[in-house]
Amino acid sequence: MRLDHKYILEMIEPNSHVLDLGCGDGELLSLLMKQKCCRAAGIEIDEKEIYKCVEKGVSVSHGDIDSGLTDYSDKRFDYVILNESLQEVLNPEKVIAEALRVGKKAIVGIPNFCNLSARLQIFFFGKVPVTEGLPYKWYNTPNLRFLSIKDFRDFCAERSITIERECAFAVKGKVAFAHNLLSDTSIFLISKPAVK
Amino acid sequence: MPDRQFVETQFFTFAQAPHELVLKSGVKLGPVTLAYETYGTLNADKSNAILIFHALTGDAHAAFWHKDAKTPGWWDPMIGPGKAFDTDKYFIICANVIGGCKGSTGPSSINPATGKPYGLSFPVITIEDMVVSQKCLIDHLGIKKLLAAAGGSMGGLMALEWSVRYPGTLQSAILIATNYKHTAQQIALHEVARQAIMSDPHWNKGDYYGKELPAQGMSVSRMIGHITYMSERSMEEKFGRKLQDKEKVGYDFSQDFEVESYLRYRGASFVQRFDANTYLYLSKALDYFDLSEDTDLVAAFKGMKTKFLIVTFTSDWLYPSYQSKDIVKAMKANDVDVSFIEIATKYGHDSFLVEIDGQSKLVTHFLTNVAKDVSHAS
Repeated sequence: MRLDHKYILEMIEPNSHVLDLGCGDGELLSLLMKQKCCRAAGIEIDEKEIYKCVEKGVSVSHGDIDSGLTDYSDKRFDYVILNESLQEVLNPEKVIAEALRVGKKAIVGIPNFCNLSARLQIFFFGKVPVTEGLPYKWYNTPNLRFLSIKDFRDFCAERSITIERECAFAVKGKVAFAHNLLSDTSIFLISKPAVK
Repeated sequence: MPDRQFVETQFFTFAQAPHELVLKSGVKLGPVTLAYETYGTLNADKSNAILIFHALTGDAHAAFWHKDAKTPGWWDPMIGPGKAFDTDKYFIICANVIGGCKGSTGPSSINPATGKPYGLSFPVITIEDMVVSQKCLIDHLGIKKLLAAAGGSMGGLMALEWSVRYPGTLQSAILIATNYKHTAQQIALHEVARQAIMSDPHWNKGDYYGKELPAQGMSVSRMIGHITYMSERSMEEKFGRKLQDKEKVGYDFSQDFEVESYLRYRGASFVQRFDANTYLYLSKALDYFDLSEDTDLVAAFKGMKTKFLIVTFTSDWLYPSYQSKDIVKAMKANDVDVSFIEIATKYGHDSFLVEIDGQSKLVTHFLTNVAKDVSHAS
């Protein structure tokens, strides 16, 4: 099992209702259905991935995340997942707000663009970093947004979004300290208290 | 061909007086005959039945071969052993709609009260009437719950209507290149096709049986239809500006371009295989259908337990994707289990008949998972 999937599975209560934004081939949702008895739905923009979702028995809608959430009413889902997809959306601020509107909680997995390897490459070579977790060149990356773990924490703090759990990891597993320096990826469990 | 499978059309007659079918318009119709075909074997607990609905000019002959026929049924690439609608696993049923001209009761049928063809005295029928009459057939076959109902275009409307009208009787539905109500443009295109038929003097207010057929009108209406079923790109790739049997244009009004020849051929062959009045009745049924007529669309799907697969095609300008997306949106508001895909194709509305690879994959896996759910539940 992919590490990110393993850690996301740990964050989700059994029998939950889950929406995965940018669900890819539906692997994560399929795991959630089998191992956590979740009710699951996905949104995915790539036609090829839709076939794989349907093959796995995952209900999926073909569309883009930026406009895909208007179909749902408030707090419809227990969890809305944005795993490795936030950095590819046009309007992340709106997508996070929408995810927290339709979901009681959101799970956001982001690649850390400021880990040690990336920093060293910028410092010593003066070039945009290419790492194992970020294998793209500037001209072919699907990523539109480049952020670090600290950036995301700041983003949440500025918007009164609560970070309930944070799981930072690298290829070998969880990173215990200095997340922003040592981890490739971090998964956040976030929520926003209802405005009175 | 040794592996060619043959099928014969069967007939089911019901709604004998005094138990006539009461149509949506309030008019009674009976007796009613439905022509239907089946493929595969109904299992012991009758849990593997799938009902396929045909499109406007389709018929009950969805798959396999008729004796001495040159082509198989209209969806043969999708229905058969090992195919998407796998006849080794499922029992597939397809019936000609009421109002049709391929064996089911329609305007070209003999009215038992007069001994003559109904013509325009045939009552106006609706998508709802088509569904109600096919429910009688499914009851007659002793099937309480269908594993799936599936259809493209008009067939999609019927599957949608069935899911709302008989919610407990449908495990899943596959809606392809369809909508829930026709737009002004869609109605307008039908009206042009109807006017082409009705302005042909041989149409004679629908009374042409045994006389000269309104061939010119039928032919023009079919030409219009064909244009709307294709995309600009598919026409351009298929015909471009190629000339038919000549090197230079003729500077007259004979036939120059290949596309003209194609449309004329299609129009003329349609006259041989279809009834003009049926075209009028069925296109009108399409125009009348509106699932949101009495309620808003969201309310229509309240409590819906049927699982849906909804498919559209990028180049289908006749039934554009946004119409299906509206259905998906209303379903999601009700927590209905729905999957939606827009397949990238160049074939326009015809894609549901010619784009087989993508649809096969989707339908195969969708049905496998639905069947799995059923066997787990039981």
